[in-house]
Amino acid sequence: MTTPAPPARIGQRVPNPRAFDAVTGRTRYTDDHAFPGMLHARLVRSPHAHARIVAIDAAPALALPGVHAVITGRDLPVRYGIIPWTQDEYPLALDKAAFVGDPVACVAAIDEATAARAAAAVHVTWEVLHHVLDPVLALRADAPQVNAAARSGNITKAVQLEFGDVDAELARSDVIAEGDYWFEGTTHAALEPHCAIGMWEPHGVLTVISTTQVAHYLHRELARVLGLAEDRIRVIQPPLGGAFGGKSEPFDLEFCVAKLAMITGRPVKLLYTREEVFYAHRGRHPMQLRLRLGATRDGTLTGCELTTLIDGGAYASFGLVTTYYAGQLVTAPLRLRAYRLDSTRVYTNKPACGPKRGHGSVQPRFAFEVTVDRLAEQLGLDPIELRRRNTLEAGERTVNEFLIRSIGFRDCLDRVEHASDWKRKFRQLPYGRGVGVAGSFYISGTNYPIYPNPMPQSAVQLKVDRSGRVTVFSGASEMGQGAAAMLTLITAEELGVDPAAIRVVVGDTDLTPVDLGGYSSRTTMMAGNACLRAARELAGRVRQVVAATWACPLEQVALIAGHAVDREDGGRRLPMVEAFRIAEGQLGTLGGVGHYDTPKDVHGAYRGGTIGAAPAYSFTAHVAEVVVDVETGVVRVEHVWAAHDCGRALNPMLVEGQIEGSVYMGFAEAIFEEHVFRADGLHRGPSLLDYRLPTTLDTPEVTALVVESADPEGPYGAKEAGEGPLHPSIPAIANAIHDAVGVRIDRLPFSPGRVLAALEARRLAG
Amino acid sequence: MRSPAAEPSPSPPGLVALALTVNGDPVRVAVPPARTLLELLRYDLGLTGSKQGCDAGDCGACTVLVDGRPVLACLTLAVTVDGRAVETVESLARGPDLHPLQAAFVRHGAAQCGFCTPGMLMSAVALLAEVPRPSRDQVRHGLAGNLCRCTGYTKILDAVVAAGGGADDDADPPPEPR
Repeated sequence: MTTPAPPARIGQRVPNPRAFDAVTGRTRYTDDHAFPGMLHARLVRSPHAHARIVAIDAAPALALPGVHAVITGRDLPVRYGIIPWTQDEYPLALDKAAFVGDPVACVAAIDEATAARAAAAVHVTWEVLHHVLDPVLALRADAPQVNAAARSGNITKAVQLEFGDVDAELARSDVIAEGDYWFEGTTHAALEPHCAIGMWEPHGVLTVISTTQVAHYLHRELARVLGLAEDRIRVIQPPLGGAFGGKSEPFDLEFCVAKLAMITGRPVKLLYTREEVFYAHRGRHPMQLRLRLGATRDGTLTGCELTTLIDGGAYASFGLVTTYYAGQLVTAPLRLRAYRLDSTRVYTNKPACGPKRGHGSVQPRFAFEVTVDRLAEQLGLDPIELRRRNTLEAGERTVNEFLIRSIGFRDCLDRVEHASDWKRKFRQLPYGRGVGVAGSFYISGTNYPIYPNPMPQSAVQLKVDRSGRVTVFSGASEMGQGAAAMLTLITAEELGVDPAAIRVVVGDTDLTPVDLGGYSSRTTMMAGNACLRAARELAGRVRQVVAATWACPLEQVALIAGHAVDREDGGRRLPMVEAFRIAEGQLGTLGGVGHYDTPKDVHGAYRGGTIGAAPAYSFTAHVAEVVVDVETGVVRVEHVWAAHDCGRALNPMLVEGQIEGSVYMGFAEAIFEEHVFRADGLHRGPSLLDYRLPTTLDTPEVTALVVESADPEGPYGAKEAGEGPLHPSIPAIANAIHDAVGVRIDRLPFSPGRVLAALEARRLAG
Repeated sequence: MRSPAAEPSPSPPGLVALALTVNGDPVRVAVPPARTLLELLRYDLGLTGSKQGCDAGDCGACTVLVDGRPVLACLTLAVTVDGRAVETVESLARGPDLHPLQAAFVRHGAAQCGFCTPGMLMSAVALLAEVPRPSRDQVRHGLAGNLCRCTGYTKILDAVVAAGGGADDDADPPPEPR
């Protein structure tokens, strides 16, 4: 038997084919589209954190020259929401506004300036209500009710889970470490603001072009809210200028441009201002966390209990899932004997929170990894060694019953320990300089879609042209992470064609088969597997035709480097274009389809056990080195070494890019970013200047280390790299600050004031 | 939008007539006084390569060159570039040949979503004109006005250092036993 050929292209460092468009300014983002007769829309937003709408008078706006239409909540009176069970918001507020910035009306006019004037001219009569911004106060009996959809009071979701006997495990522990942690909310701040264009064709077809990560879910919600059949709607997602979770559910602007296009018969565009992006938010939830973790004297972890209070803002968004993720994803890579979770999400009169890179799990990961560091200190153990001793094995299940099929976490620890020169630095650097370590795991997609259905999560169609060109049609969401590059690579690998002969069409519900969207790090796993299956099936048919032509066994025919080759007879080869032509002559038009379904046997049978269930899990370890200025409290992160187990690096350069970007984004949350509000509900600084993003001068040197532990479920063994590598950033920096100056900062961000206060508190405590 | 080159006609009421060059081409156009250079480029001339990330001078995605110096097009009134030479990202490639900085961005994986890339490239062009072989630290200073949310800047720094002819392996991991 002939052994399978080794991969020809998988694992090579090659440029992203889409980068050529990016560097020449040719990438056409949503806002780069313009159409004849296009109107510009603008939202009228609430100036109050909580207020009843008494009346809306649009007449002054409609009287302005160039204003074509004004819509209010009465025009779109259907609740929507990304999670089918928690649809608790309207495209435009119907009876009351629940946060500063809640939209109540939308105008369409001939240009942006006229639309802005018209929005200001819409007169809203408000009855101001008491508001509540603090999640603790929101739980009190006398708190105003933020959202009528609350289960009780202001609670959107509460989860209690227990695995094993936590009390017994903690009782038998020799040491217990604990802490109270506060994670301030942060936002995505993708450089591209949200934008949508609606177009209504006279024969009854609606097209919405949008900066969405979830074209399929948007498609469904547009149909429901607008009362149109799904087959009359086309959603186009151009390449995104970054998203990070901030574009992963329907937004007011998509419904509004659709409705205004239907009313006016003209294309309608709405582009958020940067300020509006901050109010649209759906970013990382503020969380208060309390975590206790026990161990025996030999450093074996025992029981863990985690309590979280999650500040959800005014609407549910993904909150049901967030409430589970806020506890379900701390149970690896370290083995726990017992685990208890008590997680509660509450409504407050602020912009709704949602998923940001590492949805729900970044905050508890901070609490967990700092607590592990405390435990190591109490045990007198090196924190890397403590983690090594408790690392799960491949084939093992976590305490909450998720099946870990592959795990490269020990390799991750080894790599960062070596690269950072950890053994010569930890506890040995001069006062003010320190190193810290942290680890994490993350899902490669979710096994269950947002709405229950038995259909595939992702599908790919291939079209072969007799020119030799192959076109890949996929609903995958391209947002800079390299979805199209991944599909090109897999198609090139399987069909042996040159990547330059491959075209990828993504993000258009009229042209592409379904993919559920660019969230939960699912694209390589799901669209990649669908593509792999489509390409392998097609390659098999082409090889059969070639084998018959050559009268040789099928196994002898391989498709490599632009040719069908006879692996036993080196001289016999056929350019792929010829192979395709022979195959088309014998089989008819060539194409292929493939789809991916997730495994359903990797989680427990308890309620909530499906949330966090993934086809595969990635693992990460970071070491951060910091310098703390004890005079000013300024923390300077100098270097982060990040090792990430992505299963198999299909293109190491793109994997490194995801690791580096993740490290940066976590670092930013650790040191700079906080999405905070004044007492009246106004955002403290809704601009890219006041909401402080790190520049080239702030960002540490990052060393990205790729670790591979091929997973049986992933395409070529690949797992995710887009979100997992963010998780250890924050606790690694927190632990490094402790190594540097001996204080723990348990509240984010680690701003100069907090550092100085901690140093002062220690001084006073003697 | 482009009027015939020699036309001296008075502009319509409320509009200001401008004559400038954009990417080497002569442009005559009449704009409202409040028109920004970014709006002129994107809306009037269809040059959508320059991006609007904040419209407030904070992000740098709209960076273009005016007479060779980098400016934020969203904070520059179009009337102030009358008689001057504007260069955008669309000017960098010569036919099929990428500018060395563009090629380095592609080769190093320095563009992810690509939204900051046009502004980042124009700042880098200005930097290399002033400092032909910048160190990594000089590149950090030269690009400090351009935000990127995807890359953590690592591969952008690699690309610009390499395009300047410097060593581009600063950020590579140290050799280690496997």
